[in-house]
This record gives sequence, structure tokens and C-alpha cells, in this order.
Amino acid sequence: MIIAEQKPFEEIAKMTANFDKVLLLGCNECVTVCLAGGEKEVGVLAASLRMLRKQGDRPLITLEETVTRQCEWEYLDQIEKLAEEAECIISMACGVGVQFVAERFPDKWVIPALNTKSAGGSVKHGIWEERCGLCGECILYKTGGVCPVARCSKRILNGPCGGSQNGKCEVKDVDCIWDQIYKRMAALGRMDWLMEIEPEKDWSKARDGGPRKLIREDVMISE
Amino acid sequence: MSDFQPKIVAFCCYYCAYSAADLAGSMRLQYPPTVRMIEQPCSGRIDIRLILQAFEDGADGVYVAGCLEGDCHFLKGNYRAKLRVAQAKKILDDVGIGGDRVEMYNLSGSMGPRFAEIAHEMHERIKKLGPSPLNRKVEPSQLNCEAEPAAGQQ
Repeated sequence: MIIAEQKPFEEIAKMTANFDKVLLLGCNECVTVCLAGGEKEVGVLAASLRMLRKQGDRPLITLEETVTRQCEWEYLDQIEKLAEEAECIISMACGVGVQFVAERFPDKWVIPALNTKSAGGSVKHGIWEERCGLCGECILYKTGGVCPVARCSKRILNGPCGGSQNGKCEVKDVDCIWDQIYKRMAALGRMDWLMEIEPEKDWSKARDGGPRKLIREDVMISE
Repeated sequence: MSDFQPKIVAFCCYYCAYSAADLAGSMRLQYPPTVRMIEQPCSGRIDIRLILQAFEDGADGVYVAGCLEGDCHFLKGNYRAKLRVAQAKKILDDVGIGGDRVEMYNLSGSMGPRFAEIAHEMHERIKKLGPSPLNRKVEPSQLNCEAEPAAGQQ
């Protein structure tokens, strides 16, 4: 899932200071699971903004809604009337959701309430870790299902590097993922696979090749 | 502000604080009438939205009273409540109401005198802090929401 966290409250308050009626729009997918932009967080942020503004001369009216997914037109169609009522939309989704909302409602100012962090998962309550580097060409079958692209600080494809010390990374306080790959391959009896040198990766399939677009004509329904 | 009588909402767990309040009553213990109790099935029922709603609806102070740590009827409800109260404190600080207006207490059902003591403690604290900023008018310049130049202009 996409992992995001709420922006500092002060930043959101500043971005909304010029508006009197706002729609806080949550998303029921990834950001609900990572406790950043679901129905509950919409309620808490709405109450916080209202309470802040109630103390001044310019009280804030908040509309609250949480859609199934902000990254699909059909769910945004459902909030058309609500969006019309509001002066601006505070999107509590990832960067994808914010952009879909802005595109669907071109005459509305859209404010992002979250910072989108990574593609990963929750390893335990309150801890989310990056797992996928979205490189466009998966190599997990070569590394025992542990990704060096997303989890090695240097994205090394033939690791570990000289900075791997006692299973820890030299760049930051994380496990050396090549140490993990080595241990996993040993446990699976596939150490010989690591003897093969991985050639340079074609990064043009990753974000380095520019914005990516996936087209599947086999699932397209003609109008 | 000496005539200020705060409105305090106490979210009380059925298994401890609510029984303790009952005991305090049976013992004829006096505690301030400014405390309004709301029975909860467990302090873990408390959500940040509930705490914020209490303030929005006019409370000057809120406290959550749950079982002693390790004694929750539902195992971890009071630990969850503790974390949520801590988070609510941060939010209240952010919005300028003040995190001191919300507190978490732990007691058992047999602690009637402690229940009365907590009610006194919270009453005194909120009386000292004065009415919630939402219940009084403050200068807009004191607020932390000045607009950035050109930000949000359509």
C-alpha cells in the first residue's frame, strides 16, 4: 500500500486560512490503513481546524466525506454536489488522490493534507516500512523475495557493500538488506544463485525514464 | 475569574471509575459538581474525536478514568486510552486550547476516595486555567493561523 503521514497541523492551518467553507475528503484505501487519511482522521482534522478558527473572527465550516478511493473517477463523481458547496477541498489521500481530485474538480482549489512517503506495509502496530521501489522491472526472484532496490540504501544489485557491519547498514540505522538476502538464500539452499553477477539495471523502466503510463487494450471497453 | 465554574467531562470506565464513583457516593464523599460523568464500557472506548467533541460542545476540561495498568477487563483498553489522551493533548496544544485541559487517570473500583480526589484535582486545575478559549473570545493575532502570502489564492 501507499504509506503517508499527516502534514504538521500548523502547515494545514496556514494553507486553509483564506477559506471559510472547506470539504475534508478522506480515502478509504491505503491512507485509512496507515491511519493518516481515513474517516477518523478526517473527523479529527475537521474538529481541530474548526476549534482553531472558532477562537478568531473567522469561523470555519467543514464538510466531511470519505470516498472508497480518490484515485478513481467513479468515486469522485459521487461527491460532485458536496464539492460544489465547498470553497476548497482538503484531500487526505496520497499524492495520487490529490491530483485526481484536482483534475476532477478543475475550478476548486485543492490542498494536500498528507505527505506521501513510500510503497510498503505495516510490520507491526505503528511501524510502516518501505518495501517496493517501483522500479518497473521486478528482480525479487533473484534475491529470495527481499528487495535491494527499495531496501538497500545504495540500491546495490550485487551486495553487500563494504559498509555492511554486523548486519547493519552504514548509511542509516537499518538492517543491511544484502545481509538479509544472504541469510535467506543460505536458508533456502540457493547460495549458488548469488554467485551470478547481476548486470546493470535498465532504470529507464523506473521513474528515471520519465512519467510512466500503462496501457492495456485487452481490458478497454469501447464507448 | 473566581466565580468561574468549569464544565468538566469525565469519561469513566464501567469497571473501575464508575464503580469508584458509586462507592464515593455511598461513603458520602464530597466532590465538585462541575464534573459530568459519562459511563463507558471501557476506557479503550475513548476516541480522540470524542475528546475533541467534548471541547467543541463547551467543555473546559476532560479526563478519562480507566482501570489500573494491567487490570483492564479487556486487557489493553486503558493502554490504548493512555495513548489517545497523549495524542489529544498534542492536538489541543496545536489548536491553542492547551493539552493541560485533558488528562488520563487510573484507579480501581474500590478507590472511592481517590475518585473524589481526582475530581477535586481536575476541578482545581481547570479553575486555575480558566474557561476554554472556545468559551471566551481571544484576539485573532494570538492565533497561529496567519495566511501565507498568496497561498491558497484561486
